[in-house]
Amino acid sequence: MSKKGYFTELYVGGKSLLVGLGVTFKACLQPIVTVQYPREKLDITPNYRGHIELRRDPESGECPCIVCGMCARACPSGCITVEGEKKEGEKGKTLTVFALDFTRCSLCGTCVETCPKGAIDFSQDYNIAGFTREEFHYDLIRRLEERG
Amino acid sequence: MSEAQAPLHHRFHLNMGPQHPSTHGVLRVILEMDGEYVLNPQPVLGYGHRMQEKMAEARAWPGFYPNTARMDYAGALHYNHGYCALIERLAGIEVPPRAEYIRVITSELNRIASHLLWYGALLLDLGAFTPILYTFDDREQILDILEDITGSRLTYCYFRAGGVSRDIDDKFVERTRAFITRLRSRFPMLEKLVNGNVIFLKRVEGVGIIDKDMCQRYGATGPVARGAGVPYDVRRAEPYSVYPEFDFEIPVGENGDSLDRFLVRFKEMEQSLRIIEQALDRLPDGPVMAKVPKKLKLSPGDVSFAVEAARGELTYYLISDGTEVPYRMRIRVPSYSNLSVLPELCHGMLLSDLVAAMGSLDLVIPEIDR
Amino acid sequence: MMESLMPELIRMVVAAVLVVAFVFLNAMIMGYLERKLSAHIQRRPGLMEVGPHGILQLLIDGLKLIGKQLVIPEKSDHFLFRLAPVLSFAPVVLPFIVIPFSRKLVIRDLDVGLIFILAISSLNVLTILVAGWSSNNKYSLFGAVRSVAQNISYEIPMLLSLLAVVLMTGTFSLQGIVAAQGKIWFFLIQPIAFITYIIAGVAETNRAPFDLPEAESELTAGYHTEYSGMGFSLFMLAEYANMFIVCSIATTLFLGGWRGIPLPFGDYSGIIWFFLKVYGLMVFLVWIRWTYPRTRFDQLMNFCWKYLIPFALVNVLVTAVLVKVL
Repeated sequence: MSKKGYFTELYVGGKSLLVGLGVTFKACLQPIVTVQYPREKLDITPNYRGHIELRRDPESGECPCIVCGMCARACPSGCITVEGEKKEGEKGKTLTVFALDFTRCSLCGTCVETCPKGAIDFSQDYNIAGFTREEFHYDLIRRLEERG
Repeated sequence: MSEAQAPLHHRFHLNMGPQHPSTHGVLRVILEMDGEYVLNPQPVLGYGHRMQEKMAEARAWPGFYPNTARMDYAGALHYNHGYCALIERLAGIEVPPRAEYIRVITSELNRIASHLLWYGALLLDLGAFTPILYTFDDREQILDILEDITGSRLTYCYFRAGGVSRDIDDKFVERTRAFITRLRSRFPMLEKLVNGNVIFLKRVEGVGIIDKDMCQRYGATGPVARGAGVPYDVRRAEPYSVYPEFDFEIPVGENGDSLDRFLVRFKEMEQSLRIIEQALDRLPDGPVMAKVPKKLKLSPGDVSFAVEAARGELTYYLISDGTEVPYRMRIRVPSYSNLSVLPELCHGMLLSDLVAAMGSLDLVIPEIDR
Repeated sequence: MMESLMPELIRMVVAAVLVVAFVFLNAMIMGYLERKLSAHIQRRPGLMEVGPHGILQLLIDGLKLIGKQLVIPEKSDHFLFRLAPVLSFAPVVLPFIVIPFSRKLVIRDLDVGLIFILAISSLNVLTILVAGWSSNNKYSLFGAVRSVAQNISYEIPMLLSLLAVVLMTGTFSLQGIVAAQGKIWFFLIQPIAFITYIIAGVAETNRAPFDLPEAESELTAGYHTEYSGMGFSLFMLAEYANMFIVCSIATTLFLGGWRGIPLPFGDYSGIIWFFLKVYGLMVFLVWIRWTYPRTRFDQLMNFCWKYLIPFALVNVLVTAVLVKVL
C-alpha cells in the first residue's frame, strides 16, 4: 500500500487479473495435450528399462547365459536366483533356474551391465499389475520359451 | 501477535498432516495456534524413514546406486551425481569429458523438471489449480527426454562411478534443443498468468522473511539462501564436474521473502537452459565410461562430495575401512536444513501464510526422512 | 372457499416441485460445465466416459453420492450435524419464488422481491456455521468462522451496489426493474455497481478466489470436511444454486433480465434469453475460479473495506444526486 498509490494499485492489479483471464482463455481454445490412457497409449521408448528378461543370441538362437552368477551377486537387493547343472558332453554349465523376484527389484540395471555375455536385457513391460506377490516371481526361462 | 498477548487457555493444537494437502508427503506439523495465528509450528519427521544411510553401510558400494534416486524423487540425478562423484574422488577415477558433459546436461534438465514441479505445487498451495497442469505439460517433455536416455521417468539410476550408463545420441540433442525453445516460449505465459498476478504477489510478498543470519544459523542452502541474498551455489563456490567451463549467473533475491525464493527459482530455470545450450554446443566426442575395475575396493579413509541439488547443497560423506562396503555413510540433504527454519520463520504467522511460506521452501519429504 | 383455494394450492405444489427439481438440474448442469471448462482451461478433455462427452457423468455421481454412507463423527453434535445440510437447502430454494424468468413466468412478483432475496440468502451463512460447529473438527470450525466474517462483510457492498439500481428505478419489484430497462441495460449506466456486485457475489458464494471457507490447501475442505455422501452433495447443490441466484440477480438488475432480441418463440424467448445470460455469468465465475490463486483473509477484508465499500458508497451518492437533478 505504501509504495504505490491507491488508484495505481487498483489499476495495476485489475490489469494483471484481466491478463491472467486472457491466458486461460487462450489455453481453453488450444488443443488437448493429455492422452486418454486406456483408450490411447503412448509408444514406449525402446530404451525403457522394465524388469529383466533373458535374451537369445541373434546368431545361434540360444540364450548365451553361462551361469556365472555375476548378475545375482551384483544385484543390490538379491532378487535374482541363478542355478545351472553340468551336462554330459557339453562345455560349461547349462542354465536350469533363472528366477527374478520383481517385488524387490529397483530397476537399477546393474545386473545387465555386469553380464559378461549379454544374456539379459530389459523388457518393455510397464503396465504390470497383479493380485498376489507370487505373480511377480518371474521364471525367466519359461518367459523366454513362451516368447519363442 | 506475540505469546504475551495470547493467554494460554486461548491456545490449541492443530495437527497439520501427516495427511494434509499442502504438506507434500508425509510431513506432520503440530501447530500451536491462537485463532488463525500460528504461534509454534513443530515439524514431526520420520514417517518416511527408510534407513538409506544404513543401507549404504550394508552392501557393496555399487549396490547403493538405486537408493540415491529414491531420496529426492524430484531431482534424482543430482543424488546420482553426488554419489558417483564421491566414489570417483575416493578411488581417483578420471571421468571422460563426454560423460561429464552428459551429466551436466541431464542434471540441469532434472533441475528444471524439479523447479517446474515445485512451481505448480506452490501455486496449488496458494489455491490456483491451473498452473500446475501447465508446468506439468512442460515437465512431461523433460521426463520423456530423460526416459529415452536413462530408461526411467523419475527414479533415475543413470550415472555410474566413472561415467554414465548409456551414451546420448543425435535424437537426444535434437529433442533437448527443441525443448529449450519450447520452454523459453512458455515463460512469458507463466509470467502473465502467475508472476504478475496481483493476488499471487500479495500472498507471497513479505511473507516468510529469511535473512542471511537465519540461513547461516540453520544451514539453509540453495534457493532459500540465494533468495535471502547469499550468492552461495556449490556449482560456483566449490566447482565440480565441468561447471567452471560454462557461463551462467546465480540469481539472488533481496528481501528473503517467499517472492524472492520464487523468483530465484524461476530465474534459475533460464540459467539452467543456458548451461544446457552451451554444453550441447561444446559436446565432445569420446567414451562415456572410464575403465573401472569390476570389483573395486574402496581405499581406506574418508571423503566427502557436495553437489548443488535442486533444493540446495547435497553432501555425501563416506568413511571407508578398505573393503567394498562403506564403513559409514552420511548424507546431508538440503531440505532438512531448509525445513528446520520453519519454527522460527512461521512464529506469529497466519495459517494461510504458513502454507505459502512452507511451499516456498520447496520441501521433498522423503529426502528429509531418508 | 375450497374452490378458490384449490388452484392456488396446486400452483404452490407445482412451483415447489419445479423449483427443487431445477435446483438439482442446475447442480448437474453446473457440475458438468465446471468440470468440462476447467478441463479445457487446463488442456485436458475432462469428462469423457459416461455418455457422449461424459454428459451423464453427473447423474452417476449423484447416484453414487446418494448411495454412500453418511459418516457421522462420534463426538459431533449428531442432531445439528444431520440438520445442517438440510438447512442449507432452504435458503437457496426460496429466492426462486421471486426471480422473473420471463415476462409471465414468475411464481410471485413481490413488491419487495429484491429485499426478500437478500434477506433469505443471508441465512445461508448460518447453515455453514452450524455445519462447521457441529462437526467438532478444528478445520471445519475455521472454515465456518471465516465464512461468517466473509459473508457478513461482503453483504454491505452487495447491498450498496443494488441500492444504486433501486434508486434509479424506484422499485424493489424485480419485474419492475426489468421493465425499467426497456431502452438501456443498467450495466452500461452503472458499471461500478455491476463490477462491485459481481465481486461481492463471488465472495458471497464462497467461490475462488474468495473460497476461504473451503480453502483446500489450508483447511482440507473447510466446513464440509466431515461430510460425506448426501450431506456433502446437499452442500454442493446449495453452492451451485446460490451461484444461480447471485447470477440471476445480476442478470435481472444489470443485464436486462429476460429482455433481448426477439426470438421466434413468442413468450418463451424471454426464458431463453434469461438462461443464456445467467449461465453466461456463471461460466465467467467458473473461468475466474480456474485462473486465480486464493486471497488471504486479511486481504479479503481489506479489499472489501478499502475498495468495494468506498466505491459503492460514492456510486450510490452520485446516483442519488443525479436521480434528483435529472
